Amino acid sequence: MLTRRTMLAGSMAGASLAALGPKLAFARAASEKRLLVLVMRGATDGLALAAPLADPAYRQHRARWIETYADARKLDGIFALHPRLDEFGKLYADGEALVAHAVATDYRERSHFDAQNLLETGGTQPFQRRDGFLNRFLGLAGGGELPAIALASALPLALRGDNPASTYAPSPLPKASEGLIERLPDLYSADPQLAALWQAAQQADGIADASDMRNLARASDVGVLAARMLRDPKGARIAMVDLPGWDSHANQMGMLDNRFRQLDGLIAEFRKGISPVWKDTLVMVVTEFGRTVAMNGTNGTDHGTGSAALLLGGSLRGGKVLADWPGLAPQNLFEGRDLKPTLSLEALMAGAMAEHYALDAEKVMRELFPGRTARPVDGLVA
Amino acid sequence: MEQIGKIAAMTPISIALNRFGLGYRREDALPNDAKIWLKQQIAAYEPAPSALGGRSFGGADARSAVAETFAFRGRRDEAGTDRRAEIQQARLKNLRNSYIGEVALRARLALESDTPFMERLVHFWSNHFAVSVDKSQVPTLIGAYEFGAIRPHVAGHFRDLLKAASLHPAMLAYLDQFQSQGPDSPAAKARQQRGRPMRGLNENLGREILELHTLGVGGGYTQEDVKELARALTGWTMQGIPYADKARPQANGAAFFDWIHQPGTRRIMGRSYADEGERQALAILDDLAVHPSTARFIATKLARHFAGDTPPQPLVDRLADTFRETEGHLPSLYTVLVDAPECWVSQPVKFRQPWEWAIGMIRASGQAGQADRQFAIMMRALGQEVWQPGSPAGWDDREASWAAPNAILRRVEAAERFAEQTRLEDTRALAEAMFPGSLSESTMQTIRWAESNEMGFALLLVSPEMMRR
Repeated sequence: MLTRRTMLAGSMAGASLAALGPKLAFARAASEKRLLVLVMRGATDGLALAAPLADPAYRQHRARWIETYADARKLDGIFALHPRLDEFGKLYADGEALVAHAVATDYRERSHFDAQNLLETGGTQPFQRRDGFLNRFLGLAGGGELPAIALASALPLALRGDNPASTYAPSPLPKASEGLIERLPDLYSADPQLAALWQAAQQADGIADASDMRNLARASDVGVLAARMLRDPKGARIAMVDLPGWDSHANQMGMLDNRFRQLDGLIAEFRKGISPVWKDTLVMVVTEFGRTVAMNGTNGTDHGTGSAALLLGGSLRGGKVLADWPGLAPQNLFEGRDLKPTLSLEALMAGAMAEHYALDAEKVMRELFPGRTARPVDGLVA
Repeated sequence: MEQIGKIAAMTPISIALNRFGLGYRREDALPNDAKIWLKQQIAAYEPAPSALGGRSFGGADARSAVAETFAFRGRRDEAGTDRRAEIQQARLKNLRNSYIGEVALRARLALESDTPFMERLVHFWSNHFAVSVDKSQVPTLIGAYEFGAIRPHVAGHFRDLLKAASLHPAMLAYLDQFQSQGPDSPAAKARQQRGRPMRGLNENLGREILELHTLGVGGGYTQEDVKELARALTGWTMQGIPYADKARPQANGAAFFDWIHQPGTRRIMGRSYADEGERQALAILDDLAVHPSTARFIATKLARHFAGDTPPQPLVDRLADTFRETEGHLPSLYTVLVDAPECWVSQPVKFRQPWEWAIGMIRASGQAGQADRQFAIMMRALGQEVWQPGSPAGWDDREASWAAPNAILRRVEAAERFAEQTRLEDTRALAEAMFPGSLSESTMQTIRWAESNEMGFALLLVSPEMMRR
């Protein structure tokens, strides 16, 4: 006769994480390093993020928006930071954040769809690869006790592939009752796989502690959750989050005011939450491409090429704008309309990730972004 | 005590219901003979069942969806800045409503289907030819696509399914085919003369047809084949686009426009195709549809879906042989699956994806009211937003993509909510009908100890038996 007592005993034995299989067991040799990748989907205007005020052509093209930067933080002799990025600006001043400018992936067309695919897969042709660069990086860097995690309801392409990766999103569904939750170890007592998944679920849910959230609509919540997931000794080591809504074809300044405020809120909450392990943390903020230098007829900008990227971290050699500035005079623009890219986004990411994890940068570049001619950027992380 | 450490074996009836079908539907009689029941479904399949409510999903419907997209863009671009946001919001609300309604309809079809094996195959093919509603034109075309183009062909030949799906407006929009322009087309020459920048070839659809729809990775094609197919496909566009109003209407709301077609003979996989307008791409698809690589690729995917993530090679070989012998007659392939011992192993071979799990839940509850507008929202929480795989490769059909901690947690929450809305007299009897002769001792005990029928039903919905098939 099967008694409740023996079933409980059985569930304890069955519910070890090792039962999830060799992949997770392998991943338990956890690195102390943390990595957060934030994708700004929709093509962020890098020229609004860090405005090249000293470039006369900029002042001409963006005359109506110059006022926004009147009291803005000066990043160096050329660039001023968008005023809503105050928290980022403080980290920049402390030497723990940098702006890379005039960056772009290898992609030179203007479709969000293709560009995000290339950014996430690291392929050279849209849809040529099925796995993501961040998943391949897991193979090089290893994970935590929890696999790499995307704060999303479905796994983004960048994290798909052969290495274990998972998702977490606060639930819009009512929480399960205690009565039901109590019975699950019994239900899974004869099933090691489900028992282990259930235990990992409880663990992730405990770390997330997100009972007050129903979704990821508030960017600051995303920052809070990402920090909890990465900070916990039993948590994840690599996380990815999305911040959508950057496609500013119309009324750009109002829209970006809001977006940058959200981005800054996310960064602020993340920085606060990740404090104990900030020294071991790297954050990369990237977008698929930039926007036209000129304003369009509806106070916005259209799809362009070069944009900006942000790096943050407790061990970053920050406090600078990393740019081989091409200038915005007509003869210097890409196809006569866009900021000309002079820095490879792939090389920037590969270089930063390699230094952060003390890996061979050439190898990281080859595995993550094969077929590029650019050399990985060095000197980013102390 | 024997059951501890073991997963209960599935009986043939349970395999027919769960592995081949979409789960037991409450109050149905259990089939007497598993294989006869499945084979009867192949013959009895109804492409346009009454649950569609007499709505049509043909070319005219696709055409008006496309026309409305362009009309919306016109309204938005002509409006003053003060009204643009409002117009944009109204459009998004429309798209959302239409999407949520189509998801509910898809769930209702799955609930009401008397041929759940074939209904599973509709979902399989819809995912094989995946489009994704995160592309702005797709939400209003998705009904015409799945209900109007996929459904009619799942019991026919693969070549007809291929042409209906790959050249449907939903696919042409999803992969930007309608923007592809032959570099030597009359349109390109006219642009050149006016000194306007060239709009080039878009290779997306050409690549996906070769890699995902027909030959598969390693199927023997080269980048030059991709380019040649992309060239042949130029001219394929949608009815309802203002600039293409002189294009020739094609099936399902597609259109062919000589003005943007790249002229010339194309050479693909060693064969030449004369330039006969739209017939050029159709002839290429007819050949790709019966290519041995296509046979192997489709055989592998079908075998994986019914015999496990690592499909047994002998089954793949038999399916591929049948595919070649019958020139891709799909019902013949389904019959091979039903007759294959590899599909009847008594241990579960698949981890249920969120969609099939949720449909299994709704069939077990038998309550049509649960196939409602909340269904799309629940699917999002469960991690498989319907028609939104985010990639033309569709949802992955392997356990590693689905057996994840967060997924289990959300299923527990969804199951409890579902169970609370279901009136039940005897959960144990329902459990026995859902998994005839296949319930493990631990599941039976846990349900028996549940404090209510609802709690018992919730536990049954997240039991090991229900999580796999």
